[in-house]
Amino acid sequence: MKIVIALFAMMASTLAFAAGSKIPLDEHKTDLSDTASLQRGAQTFMNYCMGCHSLEHGRYNRVARDLDISEELMQENLNFAGKRFGDLMTIAMRTEDSKKWFGATPPDLTLVTRVRGGDGDWLYTYLRSFYEDTSRPWGVNNTAFKDVGMPHVLADLQGVQKKGCAPVSTGYDSLTGTEIMVDSCELETPKEVLYLAEEGQLTPKEYDNLVYDLVNFLVYMSEPIALERERLGWWVLLFLVIFLIPVYLLNKEYWKEIH
Amino acid sequence: MSQDGVNNSRRLLLLGSTAAVGAVGAGFVAVPFLASWNPSEKAKAAGAPAKVDISKLEPGAMLTAEWRGKPVYVVRRTEEVLGMLEGLNGRLKDPANDNKAQQPTYADNLQRSRQPELLVLLGVCTHLGCAPKFYAEVKPEPFDADWKGGFFCPCHGSRFDMSGRVYSGSPAADNLIVPPYSFEGDNVLVIGIDEETA
Amino acid sequence: MSQQKNPIMGWIDDRLPVTVTYEKHMSKYYAPKNFNFWYFFGVLSMIMLVNQILTGIWLTMNFTPSADAAFASVEYIMRDVEWGWLLRYMHSTGATFFFIAIYLHMFRAVLYGSYQKPRELIWLFGMGIYLALMAEAFMGYVLPWGQMSYWGAQVIISLFGAIPVIGDDLTTWIRGDFLISGATLNRFFALHVIAVPLVIVALVVLHLLALHEVGSNNPDGVDIKKHKDENGVPLDGVPFHPFYTVHDMVGIVVFLMIFCSVMFFFPMGGGFMLEYANFEPANGLKTPEHIAPVWYFGAFYTILRAIPDKLLGVIAMGAAIAILFVLPWLDKSPVKSIRYKGMISKTLIPIFGVVFAILTWLGTQPSDGYFLGLINNTTLAQWLTAFYFGYFLLMPFYTRMEKTKPVPERVTGGH
Repeated sequence: MKIVIALFAMMASTLAFAAGSKIPLDEHKTDLSDTASLQRGAQTFMNYCMGCHSLEHGRYNRVARDLDISEELMQENLNFAGKRFGDLMTIAMRTEDSKKWFGATPPDLTLVTRVRGGDGDWLYTYLRSFYEDTSRPWGVNNTAFKDVGMPHVLADLQGVQKKGCAPVSTGYDSLTGTEIMVDSCELETPKEVLYLAEEGQLTPKEYDNLVYDLVNFLVYMSEPIALERERLGWWVLLFLVIFLIPVYLLNKEYWKEIH
Repeated sequence: MSQDGVNNSRRLLLLGSTAAVGAVGAGFVAVPFLASWNPSEKAKAAGAPAKVDISKLEPGAMLTAEWRGKPVYVVRRTEEVLGMLEGLNGRLKDPANDNKAQQPTYADNLQRSRQPELLVLLGVCTHLGCAPKFYAEVKPEPFDADWKGGFFCPCHGSRFDMSGRVYSGSPAADNLIVPPYSFEGDNVLVIGIDEETA
Repeated sequence: MSQQKNPIMGWIDDRLPVTVTYEKHMSKYYAPKNFNFWYFFGVLSMIMLVNQILTGIWLTMNFTPSADAAFASVEYIMRDVEWGWLLRYMHSTGATFFFIAIYLHMFRAVLYGSYQKPRELIWLFGMGIYLALMAEAFMGYVLPWGQMSYWGAQVIISLFGAIPVIGDDLTTWIRGDFLISGATLNRFFALHVIAVPLVIVALVVLHLLALHEVGSNNPDGVDIKKHKDENGVPLDGVPFHPFYTVHDMVGIVVFLMIFCSVMFFFPMGGGFMLEYANFEPANGLKTPEHIAPVWYFGAFYTILRAIPDKLLGVIAMGAAIAILFVLPWLDKSPVKSIRYKGMISKTLIPIFGVVFAILTWLGTQPSDGYFLGLINNTTLAQWLTAFYFGYFLLMPFYTRMEKTKPVPERVTGGH
């Protein structure tokens, strides 16, 4: 028994470790029950991502059903590829073309959040970590994905981020309660940070919300059944608890004669 | 192992309730196994009626739709073409749709269609299943010096007229199949459903 | 005694020994009355075996065993097939719980000396099941054709390349190609769904027949057949049915509660049951940053990596498994149960359990990491590997040397 507990404790202690990234990730507080957020995320995906990235394991009608989107709305405003309602969400870009344009095929994103540590944290961080780097083919680099081969598609919305010395918060003044800002290069351990050099169409808060919704949608895409799975799980556990009662009493009844 | 103190009615009650709850549980467990045999989303999507926007289909032109994984040819025929159909009867194997299986009753007419000008055909040759090609122009073709427009199957040379009827001398025996279809409004053709759904 | 009340049963019994078999294995199979917690894991392994076979059969109905389509067909099962997600999670979570049950079942045998005379064959059949199960699990993990499927197979199959002279040809033969490819996937599919399950089921039957021939051991390690009543029934035994059937049901329901908690709420098992990288389709040109086996192979993978030489590493790993087979002949103790063994065994057996758990843990971690921030993983792995072998190789000496306690005539405690 002790070993089982020890094993589980060990497993639990690394539940947080994310695959393949060493930088600290910003937490994405995924909420799959927030249908409005998922709808906005789907819209952002169709508008900005689906030119290059497919969701080839998912179907339009499933997304519409799960996200409370009507067939008309989905087909007219979200299904830009003109696919049929029940079709997989593939894209027309040919791999030879994309190889030529980007140096690599843009991956399918159906399962991206599962690949990246099973939750939305990495993607939420990544989509907010593009910064200007003129040495790169697309003029941008990314702190979460070094030398990424993808342009910053959402740059018009976010604006231009640069990496360098910028004021960062080190806490709050205990007397006045105001935030203490220190230049990041003057800290005890100097570091370069990302800061907004040119404003985009959205405020930083609005941009974070947009990315939040997009990631929420992609977490949903990676496992559309997740909500239903947990809902069903409670019923199954409730059933087993009820089943345990007669089973336990039956066992006691038989064994009370054994001494 | 004495039988003293054995409360038989309590035992039976517990056995009964365990069996009953267990049976309910077994029933629940059976559900996913049985239900997984239903047609999947893929099968449903492939079998779903295909909706085709025909508003941009010019007279004389053809578009190819997909229904249940098969090509469906949709042609908007001109008056001129419709006028020629009758005169071809003598050159065809089954000009009067004697084989009733090849079209729904509402297409059992000279034009083999609901709306006279709009032809809807399964693009599957009735010979060995190739996709016939559309040769719309009335002009001598290598495969027929007196070609009046229609479909020609490149696999084995079966020829069909502009309403999918097979020419005599073709390896195919039957006319091209007209799938069930209906209309949603004026511009949307629904392939796979006979009647309009309100 | 006669059960001739039912004429239909009588007719059948004259032709097929149904009643006799039922009595021999259920209603008149006398099991010691002092089974404890550890004795649940045999039947729990059976439950998981049935789960794997049933869900496995159903998964094959929609899985496509080809390099082009395997990955997509798994997602097809997860999304497009009605309830397919549940069947898949039952199978993937079932694999983990099968191994949990098997490991605890084996540790029970170590605790109470259930492998000792006259139960050596039961242990050997059990080890055969364990070995077949490892092959089964390995090949099953290749089937979804994700990055870990591919590169895990690459690493494991490469191990055969360590064999001198024939190594390279052997690996090519196993793969059926010059690299892991659809040919490998197809043969693993055939072995995973037909060949190995047949072997496992056959071994389980032999395991149980051998057990019922000599009778079950118990936490005291005493032979209950020494004291029988006037009818020849062991005084410390109870009929397996109904006493242990109703008893096992409690364990089964509790186990299913844990199983369902994980399956419904943590189906990825934090990346230990379904690894993150395996949600990316197999790509022979791009190795994932950190290749780790699924947790249940961790201990042997750690032993493999602990030895800084390919051939010796493979030999050590093979030896670590092989040495388990000869356990019945390494234990020279006159007593079976840990309860009456000497201080050395009493100390070493729990430590062995912990060491095996840590070895398992290390197998899932990068070898250049630090265990609890204290000690380099590779160094620790080497020490623990030494302990692992020391525990077994020194067993004939310390089990003979140490002073054992007197074993009671009858079982103690119990219910």
